[in-house]
Amino acid sequence: MIKFFLMVNKQGQTRLSKYYEHVEINKRTLLETEVIKSCLSRSNEQCSFIEYKDFKLIYRQYAALFIVVGVNDTENEMAIYEFIHNFVEVLDDYFSRVSELDVSFFSAVNQVFHSAWQRTG
Amino acid sequence: MSDIVEKTLTALPGLFLQNQSASGPAAAKASFSSRLGGLVRGITALTSKHEEEKLIQQELSNLKATVSAPTTTLKMMKECMVRLIYCEMLGYDASFGYIHAIKLAQQGNLLEKRVGYLAVSLFLHESHELLLLLVNTVVKDLQSTNLVEVCMALTIVSQIFPREMIPAVLPLIEDKLQHSKEIIRRKAVLALYKFYLIAPNQVQHIHIKFRKALCDRDVGVMAASLHIYLRMIKENSSAYKDLTGSFVTILKQVVGGKLPVDFNYHSVPAPWLQIQLLRILGLLGKDDQRTSELMYDVLDESLRRAELNHNVTYAILFECVHTVYSIYPKSELLEKAAKCIGKFVLSPKINLKYLGLKALTYVIQQDPTLALQHQMTIIECLDHPDPIIKREVLGEYSYLLDKETPEEVITKLYKLLRSDSISSETKAWIIAAVTKLTPQAHSSNIVERLIQEFTTSLDTCLRQHAFELKHLHENVKFMKGLLPVDKSCEDMVVDASLSFLDGFVAEELSQGAAPYKPHHQRQEEKLSQEKVLSFEPYGLSFSSSGFSGRQSPAGISLGSDISGNSTETGLKETNSLKLEGIKKLWGKEGYLPKKESKTGDETEALPVPQENIIMENVDQIITKNDQSQALTQSKEEKEKQLLASSLFVGLGSESTINLLGKADTLSHKFRRKSKVKETKNGQTTTAQNMTCSSFSSSSNVAYEEDYYLDHLQDRGDKEVKKFSLNSELLDSESLTELPLVEKISNCRLSTPSLFADNNMEVFHPPQSTAASVANEVSLAVSLLEETTEHMHSDLIEVCNNETISVSSYKIWKDECLLMVWSVFNKSASELKSANLEIAPAENFKITEQPGCCLPVIEAESTKNFQYSVQMEKPFTEGNLSGFINYQVMDTHSVQLEFSVNLSLLDFIRPLKISTEDFGKLWLSFANDVKQNVKMSESQAALPSTLKALQQELRLHVVDIIGNEGLLACQLLPSIPCLLHFRVHGDMLALWFRSSCSTLPDYLLYQCQKVRAWIDPQVPVPIPCFHPGLTRAFKAECFVSVFLSSRCKKHGKSGGDLVSKDSESPGHLCIVYPKTQS
Repeated sequence: MIKFFLMVNKQGQTRLSKYYEHVEINKRTLLETEVIKSCLSRSNEQCSFIEYKDFKLIYRQYAALFIVVGVNDTENEMAIYEFIHNFVEVLDDYFSRVSELDVSFFSAVNQVFHSAWQRTG
Repeated sequence: MSDIVEKTLTALPGLFLQNQSASGPAAAKASFSSRLGGLVRGITALTSKHEEEKLIQQELSNLKATVSAPTTTLKMMKECMVRLIYCEMLGYDASFGYIHAIKLAQQGNLLEKRVGYLAVSLFLHESHELLLLLVNTVVKDLQSTNLVEVCMALTIVSQIFPREMIPAVLPLIEDKLQHSKEIIRRKAVLALYKFYLIAPNQVQHIHIKFRKALCDRDVGVMAASLHIYLRMIKENSSAYKDLTGSFVTILKQVVGGKLPVDFNYHSVPAPWLQIQLLRILGLLGKDDQRTSELMYDVLDESLRRAELNHNVTYAILFECVHTVYSIYPKSELLEKAAKCIGKFVLSPKINLKYLGLKALTYVIQQDPTLALQHQMTIIECLDHPDPIIKREVLGEYSYLLDKETPEEVITKLYKLLRSDSISSETKAWIIAAVTKLTPQAHSSNIVERLIQEFTTSLDTCLRQHAFELKHLHENVKFMKGLLPVDKSCEDMVVDASLSFLDGFVAEELSQGAAPYKPHHQRQEEKLSQEKVLSFEPYGLSFSSSGFSGRQSPAGISLGSDISGNSTETGLKETNSLKLEGIKKLWGKEGYLPKKESKTGDETEALPVPQENIIMENVDQIITKNDQSQALTQSKEEKEKQLLASSLFVGLGSESTINLLGKADTLSHKFRRKSKVKETKNGQTTTAQNMTCSSFSSSSNVAYEEDYYLDHLQDRGDKEVKKFSLNSELLDSESLTELPLVEKISNCRLSTPSLFADNNMEVFHPPQSTAASVANEVSLAVSLLEETTEHMHSDLIEVCNNETISVSSYKIWKDECLLMVWSVFNKSASELKSANLEIAPAENFKITEQPGCCLPVIEAESTKNFQYSVQMEKPFTEGNLSGFINYQVMDTHSVQLEFSVNLSLLDFIRPLKISTEDFGKLWLSFANDVKQNVKMSESQAALPSTLKALQQELRLHVVDIIGNEGLLACQLLPSIPCLLHFRVHGDMLALWFRSSCSTLPDYLLYQCQKVRAWIDPQVPVPIPCFHPGLTRAFKAECFVSVFLSSRCKKHGKSGGDLVSKDSESPGHLCIVYPKTQS
């Protein structure tokens, strides 16, 4: 089960966030900062899955942009990992070569994400 | 900043232009992107958080001005909305825009609507109150002929929707399951999935349609239905075993590449769909050999097919292995799966290694020997720089000691510890691992060295672990007991109650230490000290759970004494009550048993906790009554008593006056009687321990019953009715003990004295009320004869002027609600052309009943107008308004308007059916609503709940089976509704079913309203009561008074008295009595 979906750049600026469980607005900022911190501290030799509080973070880095998905214990990490890539491929198609700033146009991205998610599970 | 971003920045303007001509979503983006783009770029360019905050705050104040300006067009609003979304996403509050998001979704054209919906889905959460405003829009869009609008509505429903409004859209969405467009069908399924998640019972009846969706010709629809199935199967796999064949077939088709190529991802057919199906199969085949046999083939094929070197195939393989190891085992498959895992673990790719190790845990649980071949790899993984990998590894090492000796592993771990490349967190993990291994090792040189080295470590965490190891190492026998070889998976039993500390606690207490108070209790006390108004007596109910929860028997007995003391001091501190001569009857635990009291007392107090609280409230009032004073009531007091009883006690009873006259003697009589009974009956209620005061003896018992029956219910005052109710209660067994009811019947007559005493001490009706009281008394005499046959409400004055006074009351006849308006002519002259008319109301069918037809009301007499009211469609609350006009002495005509509130409950009657009929009806009804209500622990007793349900909602108790209750009622004229409820732990599961789709929801709503009564934990002060108040209003008052010590309507706080205010005649507000000052 996906709990949240984040797109954050290396500077820690949130580009897109979508929560599937209600999180208070001030807690969101905190969570996002912690999440990106833990992602940034990872090296290439480490795997893309992090344990964070009671969920698992699955992240993928595209240039300066991190896409992080928070899932609960029942999820298949690799499936989510690939799902992120699938999502990016769709975005790439949609924006014809997607860039970091594009994803700020969340209206479209949300739409894409939602459809993609509904399709894949 | 990276090159990419820079490049993007320069390319951005071009991108916007490029998209300008595009259609659909891209165009939407283009139209607002200029402003949003500016904002985004602005923020990106900033370097500090502080600057960002400044910019956003400025942006927000601009936006605030724009959205609230009347000149703002929808198009501008859309543009503002996206910026608002962006601001909120960055963590700044944009709540002022929420309502505008809803408006945009309501009013905008397609693109604007979409932005509106998007904003709603991002801003609001499930229980946000504004969400209700969206429901109409969704309903409208669902009925639209425009596919895009339907799609948007379905999308929003699948994202966020208020649970209680599901019935409003459910039929529309069900229709969409047959839609010709697959995208609509798919979205409808997903919307239903959402409903299933938030209210499973509401979609129970469409399970058959889910099956249809599973067999849909479109893959998307089928895939969507899998979400629901995965969920349902997780909850109850046995009900869906018959679908195993279908799932297997689908998986075979997917694996075999029968799906359209659109579903391929890197030439793997629908990988996520496969994973979903594998999960479902895993759940279905668990511990079920026959079902598992059906899927061996397809699992084998999945394992074989997934040879492509792509991440996603590993994801599938992982899921496949998981399934193979969770279903009924087949050795051949197990081996294949284990081999597969081998590839994972050996892979140089770190993510795969992780996945492999995770899968290996499944393998080991099933059969450790299969994992043996990998143990060297596992040990090597210990050297891996990634802590999460190590964690997985450390979880497994203990299984793998067959070949490697513990010493070797320890040496390895030790080497690892010495290396500088790993973090201290990992080191701590490793020491923990070493600790576990030590008991099995024979030589302990390394361990000792390790201890020596790390007990001086600078890292506290490491040092702690090292010390732990050191101490354990010094006591090898203990260590071996603590860390047995084969039990690494078993959980330790922890004594959560800390019972081993009991002795210590008792000792400390005996030496005068303050007793432990649970956190919430301490807070409660702190709060109560802060407030001017003492809430001490209400707080009492909290302690019982707090104490009994975790203390030894010694603790409990101590506890009750202590809590008694604290109550006393609390009272002394916070309200200047005279406590001399008052026995300590009530403490934190409820009733405090005295030495001389009968043994039955305590047990009596426990099973009816609800009454305890009520009585505690009364108790506070009682404390003000000097006991001897109450026995010899002064003449003056008797007068007040008369006045008060006429105010409070049912004007509805024709015997009111008689009663008043007799009140005193009756209560005396009763007093004597109760004393006699006390000697006879060991089971007498605690009330009788307070016999000294005539008030307490009669009122406590009367009060607790009255409490439901009378003041909170407008239910009329007829004793006869009460008794029939009570006996009905008795029919349903075990609800109340016999003696109690007997007492009620005894006590009922003396009720007036309760109010009299209450009145004397608590409030002082102003002089002006006296006159109207007299009026009402005389009115009371003229109540219709019919009232004697049926239950009726009290007489409420709805309007008045100097000449007339109009009162109304409800008679709950079996077949309808009869409203009676009594017009009393106060003047000395007769009134002509008196006419009363009721305005037609939407939900009601109103029929005038033939009464007296003379349009003349003689001086100082009463005329009644009767109307029978039927409900046309269910609702929760409605208003019936009308006017009366008359002529005074042929001169001018006067018109007076009035209105009364009608509640759904006015139209609910008990439905008397047998258990068998109940069962049949239950199955035949399609509409149901289920909800769990949390109750305070130990208080969620069946009897009190039943009683509240029966009396508040007028349900008929059909049967009681164990901790479950069956109740039935009907909405007039004849819509039945059934309630099944179960008490388990501190939860009360309510389950309504009816032939009417909305009725269960409304009843549930009513049920929640009366929760304050169902749940004895909700304290019940005496805030506002008068027969004239609607039930709902009273509920509000109770809650508000409890929460804020203020009457919601008047804003008056403790002790203030408002009587006969102009806006609601008959509203008499007594906020909980403050101590006399």
